[in-house]
Formats: sequence, C-alpha cells, structure tokens
Amino acid sequence: MNLKTFERGIHPSYHKGLTSENRIEKAELPKQVIIPLRQHLGAPSDVIVKKGDLVQEGQMIGEAGGYVSAPVHASINGKVKDVVLHTHPGGGKSLAVIIDGDGTEKDWGLVTPSLSILDKFTGEELKGAIGEAGIVGMGGAAFPTYVKLSPPKERKIDTVILNGCECEPYLTADHRLMVEQASKVIIGLEAIKRSIGASKIFIGIEDNKKDAVSTLNQAAKSLSIEVEIVILETKYPQGAEKMLIKAVTGQVVPVGKLPLEVGVLVNNVGTTVAIYDALALGKPLIERVVTISGNGIKTPRNLLLRVGTSFAEVIEQCGGVISPEALSDTDTPPELEILNGGPMMGVAQSTIQVPVIKGTSGITLLTGKEIKPKKYSPCIKCSSCVTVCPMGLIPLKIADMGRLGMIDDLKSWDAMACIECGCCSFVCPSKRPLVQWIRVGKVKLRELG
Amino acid sequence: MILIIAVLTMGGLGLFFAIGLAIASKKLKVKEDPRVKKVMEILPMTNCGACGVPGCSTFAVGLVKGDIAINACVAGGQEVADLLAKALGIDSATSVRMLAVVLCRGGDKETRKFATYRGDKTCASADLTGGEKSCSYSCLGLSDCVVSCEFGAMEMNDNGLPVVFYDKCIGCGACAKACPRDIIEMHSESMKVFVYCKNKDKGPIAKKHCDVACIGCGLCVKDCNVEGGIVMKNNLAVINYESCPQDDSTTKRCPTKCILFDEEPKQIKEVFSSKAMKVASGS
Repeated sequence: MNLKTFERGIHPSYHKGLTSENRIEKAELPKQVIIPLRQHLGAPSDVIVKKGDLVQEGQMIGEAGGYVSAPVHASINGKVKDVVLHTHPGGGKSLAVIIDGDGTEKDWGLVTPSLSILDKFTGEELKGAIGEAGIVGMGGAAFPTYVKLSPPKERKIDTVILNGCECEPYLTADHRLMVEQASKVIIGLEAIKRSIGASKIFIGIEDNKKDAVSTLNQAAKSLSIEVEIVILETKYPQGAEKMLIKAVTGQVVPVGKLPLEVGVLVNNVGTTVAIYDALALGKPLIERVVTISGNGIKTPRNLLLRVGTSFAEVIEQCGGVISPEALSDTDTPPELEILNGGPMMGVAQSTIQVPVIKGTSGITLLTGKEIKPKKYSPCIKCSSCVTVCPMGLIPLKIADMGRLGMIDDLKSWDAMACIECGCCSFVCPSKRPLVQWIRVGKVKLRELG
Repeated sequence: MILIIAVLTMGGLGLFFAIGLAIASKKLKVKEDPRVKKVMEILPMTNCGACGVPGCSTFAVGLVKGDIAINACVAGGQEVADLLAKALGIDSATSVRMLAVVLCRGGDKETRKFATYRGDKTCASADLTGGEKSCSYSCLGLSDCVVSCEFGAMEMNDNGLPVVFYDKCIGCGACAKACPRDIIEMHSESMKVFVYCKNKDKGPIAKKHCDVACIGCGLCVKDCNVEGGIVMKNNLAVINYESCPQDDSTTKRCPTKCILFDEEPKQIKEVFSSKAMKVASGS
C-alpha cells in the first residue's frame, strides 16, 4: 500500500521503543517552579504578581502582553520568591516568576469525557476559554492557540488536522496521549472544530503508531464524531505543519504564509488534551506530558510535569544520568548533551537549571557515541542537503550566507522559509553544521532586515 | 596572397577601432574634479566603512561635494583631517580618535566554565545556545571580533579574552558589530572610566558566576558627584559618557574592581606578539 507523505525528507533511527510502551506517570510535586513569562511566540506576558505574593495553583500570574501572546499561570500553590531574569530553555534569558511551593496541590476534580461538556459553550466562548487558559501549540513552536482560532473574517477555515505524527526521534509523549486519553483528544478536536465552524476533521498519524490509530478510531466511534484518520509514511519531518498539510490534503502552503491561507488548521495532540482540560475542569495549561529519553538517562519515562519544573529535578526523577562506565563504548569522553526537545530540532542546554515550559515536548539526554564530536570539512557540493530539504531550499547556499552574514542574499534565497528541521545537517557527508549557520543567518535577518 | 589579405583585414580593423576610440576619448571625456584625486592620495584607503559610506573613493567624492564632514575619516584621525583641510583650502575640525573597548574581564580564570560547546566555533553560533561560561553575558571567547578586524588590531590573549592593540586600532567599529553580546563598544580616546561588565543578574548570582562581575552595589553611583553620571540599570552600573567625570573618584570603592579608571592596557601589537611567542616556546 502506498502511504501518503510529502516530498523529500529523511529516515533517521527513531529509538521510540525506549518509552513507547511506558504509561504516562504523574511526576512528583516540585518544591519550586520557575515560570518564564516568554513561553510562546509573540509578546511575552506582563507579570501581575510581585515578590512575596501568595499564589494558588492555576492562578494567572502573567497577562497576555499583546494580541499574539498568551497568559501564564502558577503551576503550584505557594509564595512568589522572586521575579528575575532566568535562563530560558529556548536560549537566552527571560523574565521568570519563581514560586516556592507549600507542598499542597489543588484537586481539579474528575469528569467522564463526554461531548456534553462542550454544549454549554458557544463558539466564541470556546475561543475565550481557550485563550484564558493560556493554551499554546504544544508541539514546540508554541503559537498561541487563541490567535490560531481567530482568523481574519475573509478567511474561512474548513479543515482541522490533528498532528499525530510525532516524527522527532525518541519522543513518545503524543503517542502515549493518543493511546491513553484518546477520547480527550477527540473532544478537544471537536471543540476546535466548533469554535471555528470547520466542517472536517483529519487525523494524520505515522504508520509506526498503529495502536494509536485503533484507540482513536474507537474513541471517535463511541463519541459518534466523524473523523478521517490518514495513515502516513514514517518519515522525518512528517509532523512539520506544512509537510503534514501536503501529505493529508495535498495543499501547499505558500512560503511565509500560515496554514489558514489554504483554509487548514493544524493542532498538536498535547494541545487538544489541554483544551479538553480547560473546558471540562477549568484547568489552565500548567501541566504537560514530557518524554524523558535518550541513552544518557537511567530510566526513560513519559512524565506528566508541571510547567516550571527544573530539568535537574526531572532528571533526578528518572534515576539520574547514566554513568559513563556503563556504556560499552569507552573510547568516547563521558560527556552529556541535554536537549530541550528531540535530537533533530532540540536546543542543547548549557545548564540543567532551566525549567520545563509549555513547548517542551521532550528532554533528550545523549551521551557516548551518539554525540561523538564531529569535525566538519569543506562542502563537496554533493547536493545531498538539497535532495532532502522538505521546503525545497538550497541549504548549502543559505548556510554559507548565514555564516558570512550576507543579508540581502539570505532574503532572496528565502532563508526565512527554513523550518530548521535539521535534515540537511543530518545527511551532510562533510558534517557541516548547516542548520546552525542558517539559524545565525535568520537571527541576523530578524535584527537587520 | 591569403596571408596578405588576413594581415590587411586585421590591420585595417585595428586602425578603424583605434581611430574610433581616440575620437571618443576626446569627445566623450567626463571631467573629474582634480581635487578628488588629491583627496584620494591623502586618505588611508583602508575601505573600512567606519565613516558610513562604502569606500574611500565614495568618501572622496562626497567630501569634495561637501556632503561629508572634513573630520569624518575615522581611520585617518586628526592627521588626515588636517592634511585634507590643507589640500582643499578649508578649515580643519577636530577629529576624535575612537577606540574599541572590550567591556568584559571575565576570562577563563575569572569565570566558571560549566558546559562544553561543540558546535561551530564562532560567537554568533555559540550565542544561540549559551556558550561555555556560566555567565551568560560574558565574552564567548570564540574570536568573532578578531576575525572581523581587518587591521590586525585584535588578538585573543591566554585568558581567552580579546585584546585591542592601541597602535593598530583605527576605530572602524567592525568588532563592535561582530560581537553578538555587544561587549565591545566604541569610545573616544579621552574616555578613561569604564564598567568592564555587562552582567544584569542580581549581585549574588553575578558574583557566583564571575569574580569581576558588577554586583550592582551602587557604590560608584553614590561616589559620582555628577547627577546621572553613573546610573543603575538592571543591576548593572551604566556610565553616561557625556557627564561622568573622567577620574578615579567613582572607581576607588568598587568591591569587584569592575569599574576602573585609566586601565585600558594600551597594548602595542609587537610587544604582545613577542610575549605570546615566549609563552608558546616555553622560555
């Protein structure tokens, strides 16, 4: 059977077996949380608490700082210790609220997932509730969902796609959510569909997650919601928004435009569950499922973590870092690479005192031969990167322009269209850090252009 | 016969075009201001771009037209400004010598290294993830500034910090642009007081990460007898270079010695290089 997919892309080794059978576990209540005010695309939130304030779990501590923005909420009960600049897992620094917990937690109650919870909301109220709960796209880019659901009047969105691909190696958080909480996912999707008045729901899943297909099918049937499940080829980056749309509906989103240009809305699995929680329990986005995996961690797990838990605490709950002696390849230095996200798109961290944020889908710890230092050599113009770039760009050119800071050329060669998926660096036989250079170029473009 | 025809044809064609070109060069001659050539001879011809125009020839044309000030050539300084004024028969103006100042003293000895950076060895790339040092405002030490300097006026010292050579720096500002953390600033030579730190963390955190960090104690602000000469912005002392007195009254009590008076080393390149050679050869 020919499965639907997009053009180009790569087939990395997925390593999903480490956690794909592990049930989602609730993590221990953290003693302290660090909640950055920049957890989404757009303007950072404006802080509305001050040092010494007592806060409740779920209380808003930062208001949306503009139209493209989202509020943030306290994830534990406790006292605000300070509001300071703190290292951000996405790089750089951001103002963050540090809360010392008092060891108690709020009981949000339990509701049997059913469609009746949506009946008390009108379309606009749905959007409002989603905005209030501070829900953002939880696949990584963290685009505020409220903004996504409010397209300009002349644009009609008729298709909602659930992104169940999770093409990033190691990560299984979305996979487990689809298997364990399928009905919540379906209800969240229905809420999105109702709030924008769409007519069709697609679910795109890679063919390595067959169990999720059956649970979602069952859930949809028992809730009598019509969804079309599209099984896609397992290929990276299948879960990139534009690739997914191409694979599922065949439409191509123009460069530099949002999917709403072709009347499509893509949502992540985690986001739909967060929407369900917000509507059914009134619980804002203060918890998320994170996969902690890689060959550097003792016990890989799928954990339900509070936003703001520090990486250090998370790693401790997973049994800590594997000792270098335990690895078979002893010729490599006992170094460790900690990534916020998966190995393809994750950002390497320089400290473990960084918090889990709304966009953290995984924490990957790599060591030993997985991170063997590579020395790059000159480009041999083999065009491997061109043949895999899902966006159809010329990575070797754009990377050099980024490295040399050629602003005008970067613009005309569409550097901004790059989704930083990492396919080009992955296949480069000269081991050139192409994505890193392109990122440097994009930073320069944003500053100057 | 064929040989003669070929020679005559080529010769005839050559003669025809030669006459054409000779006439064109007389008739279509563009008059160039003779002063432009004169100015070009005086200019340092470094094409550094510090004056704001793309190169020295554009500068010369602009200067003759009167669009550019007489003292605008940064690389040439006072000497060139005077010569230009003499050549053009106009009044000279004082030119201020600008120098690059590296406002971070947190080298490998003063800061803590707590991560290994294995990406591309440029500051611009390293800044995306955070670099190796615990202070996230410090010099990344991967020498983007040294690479950007076209005058050989910078080098890294054995402490992992860039050094500006007093004798070579012409003040073009390329290094300041290349630094992703804005540690290098361009200042006039007459400035003596600098805060050698960019750390905006609160005192205890800053102190933990670096021995010579500004801890935001505010002593220099109190000692400054000019209102607003030094201000505290985000736990960092910031000097107002227009009003801050250029003496040691503000710098004496600094507990971490990060605000200093007249401490720019004024390194001479040859001295530095010979010292570096000695260290390298172990003598």
